[in-house]
Amino acid sequence: MIPVLLGISFLSFLLMELAPGDYLDTLRLNPQISAEQIDKMRVQFALDRPWYVRYSHWLGNAATLNFGESFQYRVPVTQLIGDRLFNTFIVAFASTLFSWSIAIPLGVLAAIYKDSIFDRIAGFLAFAALSLPELFLALLALWVALATGLFPVGGLYGVDYDYLSPVGKALDLLHHLILPTLVLGIGGIASLMRLMRGNFIETMRAEYVTSAKAKGLSDFAVYFKHVFRNAINPLITVFGYSLSGLLSGAFLVENVMSLPGLGRLTVEAFFAKDYYLVMASVIMASVLLMVGNLLADILLAAVDPRIRYDK
Amino acid sequence: MSEQPALEPLLDVRDLRIHFQDGDQIVKAVDGISFQLAKGETLAVVGESGSGKSVTALSITKLIATPPAIYSGGQILFHGKDTLTMSPSELRSIRGRKISYIFQEPSSSLNPVFKIRSQIAEVLQLHRPDIKDIDREIIRLLELVGIKDPALRFHDYPHQLSGGMQQRVMIAMALACHPDLLVADEPTTALDVTIQAQILELLRDLKKEIGMAIILITHNFSIISGIADKVAVMFRGKIVEFGPTAEVIKNPQHPYTQALIECVPRMGARAKRLKTIDYSKVNV
Amino acid sequence: MINNPVQGEKSIEGRHPWLLSFDKLRSNRVALFCLYFLAVIYVLVLLAPFLAPYDYRKNFLDKSFQSPTRIHFFTTEGKFLFRPFIYDYQMADRITTRYEEDKTKMYPIRFFVEGNEYKLFGFIPMKTHFFGVEAPARIYLLGADQYGRDVFSRLLMGGQISLSIGLIGCLITFPLGLLVGGISGYYGGIWDTIIMRSSEVLMSVPGLYLILSLRSSFPQNMSSTQVYLMIVVILSFIGWAGFSRVIRGMVLSEREKPYVVAARALGQKDLVIIIRHILPSTLSYCIVAATLSIPGYILGEAALSFIGVGIQDPDTSWGLMLAQAQSHRVLTSFWWILSPGFVIFVVVLAFNFLGDGLRDALDPKMKVIK
Repeated sequence: MIPVLLGISFLSFLLMELAPGDYLDTLRLNPQISAEQIDKMRVQFALDRPWYVRYSHWLGNAATLNFGESFQYRVPVTQLIGDRLFNTFIVAFASTLFSWSIAIPLGVLAAIYKDSIFDRIAGFLAFAALSLPELFLALLALWVALATGLFPVGGLYGVDYDYLSPVGKALDLLHHLILPTLVLGIGGIASLMRLMRGNFIETMRAEYVTSAKAKGLSDFAVYFKHVFRNAINPLITVFGYSLSGLLSGAFLVENVMSLPGLGRLTVEAFFAKDYYLVMASVIMASVLLMVGNLLADILLAAVDPRIRYDK
Repeated sequence: MSEQPALEPLLDVRDLRIHFQDGDQIVKAVDGISFQLAKGETLAVVGESGSGKSVTALSITKLIATPPAIYSGGQILFHGKDTLTMSPSELRSIRGRKISYIFQEPSSSLNPVFKIRSQIAEVLQLHRPDIKDIDREIIRLLELVGIKDPALRFHDYPHQLSGGMQQRVMIAMALACHPDLLVADEPTTALDVTIQAQILELLRDLKKEIGMAIILITHNFSIISGIADKVAVMFRGKIVEFGPTAEVIKNPQHPYTQALIECVPRMGARAKRLKTIDYSKVNV
Repeated sequence: MINNPVQGEKSIEGRHPWLLSFDKLRSNRVALFCLYFLAVIYVLVLLAPFLAPYDYRKNFLDKSFQSPTRIHFFTTEGKFLFRPFIYDYQMADRITTRYEEDKTKMYPIRFFVEGNEYKLFGFIPMKTHFFGVEAPARIYLLGADQYGRDVFSRLLMGGQISLSIGLIGCLITFPLGLLVGGISGYYGGIWDTIIMRSSEVLMSVPGLYLILSLRSSFPQNMSSTQVYLMIVVILSFIGWAGFSRVIRGMVLSEREKPYVVAARALGQKDLVIIIRHILPSTLSYCIVAATLSIPGYILGEAALSFIGVGIQDPDTSWGLMLAQAQSHRVLTSFWWILSPGFVIFVVVLAFNFLGDGLRDALDPKMKVIK
């Protein structure tokens, strides 16, 4: 994991280097900031040193978990990321919960009643949902919010959030979460459902299912004890990947729906060439991705004894 | 081993017909077969892949999925009652209790995510609620089928056991409720030759001890003598020959049976080429 | 497996597997419909400058945000005309930007009219457009955007970019991924490790960040062709890693198969073995993967242009057009600006259905009745 992280940090540093110009360019355009101030900032941000010095400097600091300060906000980068991380996490968690609680039962039912009207309709809807670009869905969600006035138009926290009681805060958050959860979750439902259905159907054909039936088990017991338990295994890895995917990159939706998440922070920092913030964000996102994958592997070992005992 | 026509046979299959439909393709898997099995008898059903023997076996308790299968005719009388017209709950009370199965691939016939113990316990809990100490019964069953250190083994997962042991576990599961009939669908095909012999011997011994009837499905003629009382030879969905094992082997009447028997490589034979079956000479 | 066809249906014996796959595809009516649908869309987009009534770049500010033109067949007196016509629109309410029809003059819709100059397929100079109306009326089939530009025209022209990026991107990614995956899987060793590690790094960086980083390493001001190529290169670069990993896995398993060992034993050159023997077995996967990856390219370009680092004004792509729809005002009052999103949805849907149908048809695990 560490070598990959190193590689990623180097890659993102490299790419930032390749981009012409730096953070101070925007400031240079501001007539109120004198040339000397700019020069002072240059030294302050170490922008006058060659790239390898800066990178090794950063690496050294990173080893002690000091990821530097943001140019734009002048606060430690970790603080900024921490705030946003929580938001991103809530949204990711909510939408994962949403899509799973719908996709799994639908998938199982579609498999059991394979080729029925229900199956066909569910399959078609799944496809449609899969194909809906998140971008478009987010715009539609915004439109719904504007047209009906039932939902807040973007953002995660109301204007008077800080003055609410704890219960009020929770409700406010939930209210804001409804549309983003739907937008992020719907696409997920589709692929999950099809995966569940496919796995379930394939597992139904397994020989141990015939054994179970031959033992005299009821259909219900066969499906929900034997088949389900096996069919869901591959989905556990998907769980890990999708969670990490959501954690690290719901940027477009965050942008459209004004959600204060990690994705937006990174891209804004990126445009402003706020080096340290970008590097730390990218590292964070990649770490989340890897943690998600690791989680997926661990979970899989936990539920599938074949992997556990195969040392 | 003598037939008693006065007594009702354990299993009476009459003109069974099963076909599969996939779109507009129809395949007659079982095309009008009839046979009887008495209590405690062992019947071997021999044939090549596609002859319909597995379908016949699975259909006894309607284990074949419909669709794509269709039971198009005939009856399967078990203790005088037609299983093909039984309600699902009646069938379920027979399965595992009066009629048990063991299958060809023991590694895939056991659920990989459950321990051995719980899989055997499942059958006991289902059909023998009278047993209080399930663990002890499970250990007894495992000993019965010749598994050493059953108390250690039963916490294992299927993939931790060898093929032979997995099959023994399957047999233990099948016998847990003292069935009247055991259907063994190619039980030794996936095993090493030495293990094959062991499993067959086990089946022979258990048959003597418990007195159950056995239907043994196989494509291998060489394993049936010594265990089967009667043999039915199937070809393309029909039974082409039926009779006591020793006689059929010594005096096969039907050309297909003759060809099958000749295919078994024999020690000491001085043929230069292995025999194959010339289907043009086979007439059903 | 003995196959007993009873009635005289087609036996599957003796027919080439590719033909069997085609039959299966043909019987999947949805996938087939999608194939034709996509073909039609691509042709329409190819003929975009001809089909579009107006130059997609020209501003027409006094028709800003005009709602879609209504097409009439009945005159105000109730008479039916075969040739449809429109009315000119005038601004009725400046505050809400509402337009009303000016029923004083009828403008019949003419076909094969003369309009602005363009180059069909990039090199045939032409002036004829499929349909149009006499000035000063403008026919806005899908309304006008903020600058009075015809959304329909822009949709067609934007489609040229959005749709072609997918195809070209595939043409780059797939051969590259095949070669890299093939070499990696076949030779193993140090090359394999290097390639796999680097693809792991690439795959560990969340996609959008990678896209942005790559984008910024290119100069800010580029000509539209350069931007286009850049986008294609970036998207291909990202898609390459995952694909070559799968190919590598497939090559690895094929490598040990007897026919490969036989070829090696006969002294065949490695590269020839890889290209001629092993890679064709990945063909079905490639076809399906390609079809299913095109939506990814379309969406990737849309995302890039949406946030402003892809195609720039006055050029257009579907993603760029959607960027205009972000404002609340637009969403509530001018729904037609969202039409590119709907078009993207339909195209992606078609590709997904087609890819799924292809996967079913090419799946070697065909049902055989025992």
